[in-house]
Amino acid sequence: MSAPASPARRVLAQTRFEARALLGRSEQVLLALVLPALALVVLAQTDAVELGLAGGPRIDVVAPGVIALAVLATSFTSQTIMTAFDRRAGVLRLLATTPLGPGGLLGGTVGGVLVVQVVQVAVLGGIALALGWQPHLGGVPAALIALVLATAAFTALAMLLAGTLRAEAVLGLANLVFVLVAAGGAVLLPADRFPSPLAEIAALLPAGALGEALRSALGTGAFPTQHLGVLAAWALVCSLAARRWFRWF
Amino acid sequence: MPETAVDIRALRKAYDATTAVDGLDLRAAAGEVTAVLGPNGAGKTTTLECLVGLREADAGTVRTLGLDPVREAAALRPRIGVMLQDGGLPLGARAGSVLRHVASLYREPRPVTELVERLALADFLRTSVRHLSGGQRQRLALAVALVGRPELVLLDEPSAGMDPQSRRVVWDLVTELRGEGVAVLLTTHLMDEAEALADRVVVVDHGRAVARGTVAELTSSTGVVRLTVPGGLDAGALSRELGVPVRTSAPGQYVVEASGSPGLVTAVASACAAQDAQITSLDVGRRTLEDVFLDLTGRHLR
Repeated sequence: MSAPASPARRVLAQTRFEARALLGRSEQVLLALVLPALALVVLAQTDAVELGLAGGPRIDVVAPGVIALAVLATSFTSQTIMTAFDRRAGVLRLLATTPLGPGGLLGGTVGGVLVVQVVQVAVLGGIALALGWQPHLGGVPAALIALVLATAAFTALAMLLAGTLRAEAVLGLANLVFVLVAAGGAVLLPADRFPSPLAEIAALLPAGALGEALRSALGTGAFPTQHLGVLAAWALVCSLAARRWFRWF
Repeated sequence: MPETAVDIRALRKAYDATTAVDGLDLRAAAGEVTAVLGPNGAGKTTTLECLVGLREADAGTVRTLGLDPVREAAALRPRIGVMLQDGGLPLGARAGSVLRHVASLYREPRPVTELVERLALADFLRTSVRHLSGGQRQRLALAVALVGRPELVLLDEPSAGMDPQSRRVVWDLVTELRGEGVAVLLTTHLMDEAEALADRVVVVDHGRAVARGTVAELTSSTGVVRLTVPGGLDAGALSRELGVPVRTSAPGQYVVEASGSPGLVTAVASACAAQDAQITSLDVGRRTLEDVFLDLTGRHLR
């Protein structure tokens, strides 16, 4: 007689499977860990990029930005591409006929992303601390809130794109968005380093809002109400849109 | 009367302008293998997708193990095992980890090692799904379908892309499932597969059932006489001579639609002699499902 494992075990199993898929592939590890780590070291240790800081160690500005970039890479870029190709290969259809179902699939996807982000924050934060980063500990709770809200927004946006567009279109679009946002989206560098109105626009987009929120919380210990509000709004809108338009197969 | 595992009545499903399933009735019982036989595009896959809740019927009723596959999906999913035509396996993962992962979704799965042995998966457990051959993927997909000890197994073209040895393994496993009281519903366009496995066959074409019954019921109504005449003959003249239908199944191949009594065989031989047509083989036998299908639709299955 067939009986399913408990819902929690099923979601955990899918979380493990997704996390292994994300971390078990060299191109994913490159995107999620190696590139951000390189960016961290290069931006913090050299003058290759003029940060225009008013003083204070470069690492205090660079570390939150690199963590924001790594979160974007995993929960948006990797997730969009993986989900789009899984959907095309019929993986979502097959798993939807197992006890996991669509709900467990979604839970496992978010869980897998969160696991990878814990690894990213630990590794990149560890390197940054070794390079002399001194984050404001009072800002850690706000930073965690920002990370969770941003993950929700990025993952929902990833599901929305992967669930509505063709896989090839998704591959190009996700990479393009990543490069544009990384270069001009106030992720790596503070928004006030960009000309107006790019600075204002970037701060209203989820990646820029995450970068600003992390720099503000971990740099000064302030509670970045405005940036967290932007992230929460994106998370809400993207989740509703994904619910409305995502097609499993 | 065995328990009904699949009960479809007047199912209709259309995609935009195309009607895929058009008033199909289908039943399948526990402890039996039911084959849905039909050419590509007959609506077999759509029917199976409606049974497992991947698509919703436009009209008609679908009950899978007595449940509504869309509204009662959560209760249904643990009790069915599905093998989709395109596999649906995650391409980046290793074969072994896919199978172990799906096993972990069940409380008491079949032992993975047993399936590995039965379906000869051991050689490629550490290979990623992307690099498996078609037949290897099909065997893995079957293992995934069976690992949860399902009461109903739904297989869409199970032996597509398989070598003869793999097909034999799959057929043996399906027969064994039937012995365990499992209901098996499979789609196929291969007549020998339906004839070898199925207790009941439902022949579908253009989204509706055109015949149903056991293989014996479908094929034993009349016999046929098969002729090979490489030089060709006038089938119309032969038919008029014999008073029974004669059709050309392939160039130089003819089927006389009548039981091959000694009298008929003699009449065939002399009619051919009158046409100066050299027979190189003459075979008296049962109709095949192909004959039945041609009769019903005027088209070849494949």
